[in-house]
Amino acid sequence: MKKILIAFSAALFMISCGGPSGGYQPGESEEAGEKATIEDYDPHRGEGNFKDYQPPAKLDATMAANGEKVYDLKCASCHKLSAEMLVGPGWKGVTELHSPDWILNFMTNTDEMLDKDPKAQAMLEICMVRMPNQNLTDDDAKNVYEFMRKNDGVK
Amino acid sequence: MKRMIIPVLSLTTAIFLLGITGCKPKNAGSAAAGDAASRVYVAPGKYDEVYNFVSGGFSGQVTVYGLPSGRLLRTIPVFSNDPQTGWGYSENTIPMLNTSHGFIPWDDQHHLEISQTNGETDGRWLFANANNTPRIARIDLTTFRTAEIIEIPNSAGNHSSPFITENTEYVVAGTRFSVPMDNDNGDVPIDTYKKNFKGTVSFISVDPNDGKMDIAFQILLPGVNFDLSHAGKGPSHGWFFFSCYNSEQAHTLLEVNASKRDKDFIMAVNWKKAEEYLKQGRGQKQKVKYAHNVYSDETHQATSTIKDEVVVLDATQFPDLVYAMPCPKSPHGCDVDPTGEYIVGSGKLAALIPVFSYTKMMKAIENKDFDGDYDGIPVLKYESVLHGEVEKPGLGPLHTEFDAHGNAYTSMFLSSEVVKWSIKDLKVLDRAPTYYSTGHLMVVGGDSKKPYGKYLVAYNKITKDRYLPTGPELNQTAQLFDITGDKMKLLLDFPTAGEPHYAQAIPADKVAPKSLKIYDLMKNKNPFVTMGEKEARVERKGNRVDIYMTMIRSHFNPDNIEGIRVGDEVYFHVTNLEQDWDLPHGFAIKGANNAELLVMPGETQTLKWVPEVSTVYPFYCTDFCSALHQEMQGYIRVSPKGSNVPLTWSLDKKSDATVEPDAAQ
Repeated sequence: MKKILIAFSAALFMISCGGPSGGYQPGESEEAGEKATIEDYDPHRGEGNFKDYQPPAKLDATMAANGEKVYDLKCASCHKLSAEMLVGPGWKGVTELHSPDWILNFMTNTDEMLDKDPKAQAMLEICMVRMPNQNLTDDDAKNVYEFMRKNDGVK
Repeated sequence: MKRMIIPVLSLTTAIFLLGITGCKPKNAGSAAAGDAASRVYVAPGKYDEVYNFVSGGFSGQVTVYGLPSGRLLRTIPVFSNDPQTGWGYSENTIPMLNTSHGFIPWDDQHHLEISQTNGETDGRWLFANANNTPRIARIDLTTFRTAEIIEIPNSAGNHSSPFITENTEYVVAGTRFSVPMDNDNGDVPIDTYKKNFKGTVSFISVDPNDGKMDIAFQILLPGVNFDLSHAGKGPSHGWFFFSCYNSEQAHTLLEVNASKRDKDFIMAVNWKKAEEYLKQGRGQKQKVKYAHNVYSDETHQATSTIKDEVVVLDATQFPDLVYAMPCPKSPHGCDVDPTGEYIVGSGKLAALIPVFSYTKMMKAIENKDFDGDYDGIPVLKYESVLHGEVEKPGLGPLHTEFDAHGNAYTSMFLSSEVVKWSIKDLKVLDRAPTYYSTGHLMVVGGDSKKPYGKYLVAYNKITKDRYLPTGPELNQTAQLFDITGDKMKLLLDFPTAGEPHYAQAIPADKVAPKSLKIYDLMKNKNPFVTMGEKEARVERKGNRVDIYMTMIRSHFNPDNIEGIRVGDEVYFHVTNLEQDWDLPHGFAIKGANNAELLVMPGETQTLKWVPEVSTVYPFYCTDFCSALHQEMQGYIRVSPKGSNVPLTWSLDKKSDATVEPDAAQ
């Protein structure tokens, strides 16, 4: 119980000091949470560039191969391909746990999602490390998603 | 000893002046404007209006402050090494401090200039000079990192630098000490100064696309001390003005012997003319030796190249290249007003400020209105080039900057004040005391064609009682003035680092939007990069060991290394896999006799380590990176020389059967 409490307060601390992830605005910095409007948040989709993303009907092997390269460079440090947790959760089954939009938005809009999304925040309480925004382009993210699908057995 | 005498003298002077003027406020409370607090208050989370780049003097570095708050934003390592970032210690950055005299990890950084386009600050680069071992650095204002350093041959004490022409065509360097030229026999008696010692001013070209510097040409001049300089602008674009003192050509007790003549000179150099002569092939190639060091943001490595030739124009051979304008009493500041018409000389022992007219200078040249020559340089008649003199401005004028409304602001060292005067009619309009003995001052954009104005900062040489005492050594003090009204208003004091000799400032919106957040890992071309943890490894070749290591919140890969031997040369090539802003990781290992590394996101940096004792050494991250930062650590086992412990590396290898995966999962 004590551990959970510590985890929770640590998560709160990390959220509150997440800080600005956007660009320079003349005269003022972006204050975390100032612009957040929780009421219209869609926890199924998450928030970011992706909406109603439809993955290819069959696995796109080229996309998955490109995604694997990005995984090796930017994701493998913390995510195993099994279900076992390393720093972050293992990826086995991840495409069945969340919608494509949610995963893609979390990959590309990490800080905002960590500030708003209940599932992301619950995961932060377990992992204790904010997922780094690894600056994936939207195409990188789609490729990584395809690699996740491959890892989950999609043919 | 001298440094002790100066404060004593100035204090005596200050007391004396207090006695005669009797109007100096007793404390800051009575000097500061009533609404000063609200004028400098930048609320938490809000940004400053202006970037203020301040020279570090003997610290060798450049500091960056926000104005109007006076908050220190950053210290940029330039000429001195910096253990915090590994600058000058990491294998990547050691070449940046190479010179023809070998590795020189310090200097005396005096003046700064922001690059300009059409005479306006453009926020691309910041140039910085090294006064001791003559060098010029270019700092990239997207990364706030020193990108290039070029050494200046045929020079000693690069003081009158790094001022630029209005489109940053050239950055200049003028030698403070005249010396025998590099390829002459320098083993000469010092008292042959007049015969064997020469001065030079150098024009270093700047590539308009990438900022790369190259020494275009040097002009050989009589042996004097070059002090400061500024380029012509607008109508006077094409000319460069250098103040010089010691026209007496003294080589000993300059304090007395270089202060004898009533007038020294401002040398007016027609650099467009110099370009023509160079095109005609009339420059002389000279054998010299100087270092040119470049840092690459793609390889994250620096290269140092020793170059061996410069082109020199001997001013005495080209009668229309350089003219000497007489200027009273050992001039220091040499400042050109925003219109480019007026050149202000500040004789540091003078009781007036001469203002020269570019139009009159051109007319005097046309009419050959000369007063003889100085060692082969035509001397223009003082009265013919003079626009006028500011009468009784105060004592010891040092340096002048400008606002956009025809006003000039001159720092007065001896009478410890800033004096505002009108360029047009040379009338003193206002004066404000400074605490104490101001050296240089700066108006935002105040040496450009379009001053932003609004703020003036005086950089004072003596601090005394301004802050809580910190023993015998006190940080030097800056004072911020509001110059929007008729009267200057003191707003704020703030301590500075090293000794600021000059500063530059630019509105934040010209720099901040272009500020880099991360180095793109995909574009990392470092030969020792580790592109993902899959590639983490250790390689041995003889006694050289290369460790390809990654860092990410919050572990190193590998974090257990064995098979290193005493006497091995170990290179830690550490790649930060983060791609998130403000997430550097540190790398520190016990017993490292150089420094730590601070590795920016997407960057690879290398630290050399030669272990001397067989034991297990810990290493860890020094930059708090996450809740599990304190867990970001590893071990490296060093065995005796000749040991056969195999070379192994690993992360999370569960070799011990008692170690179970964390039950908390």
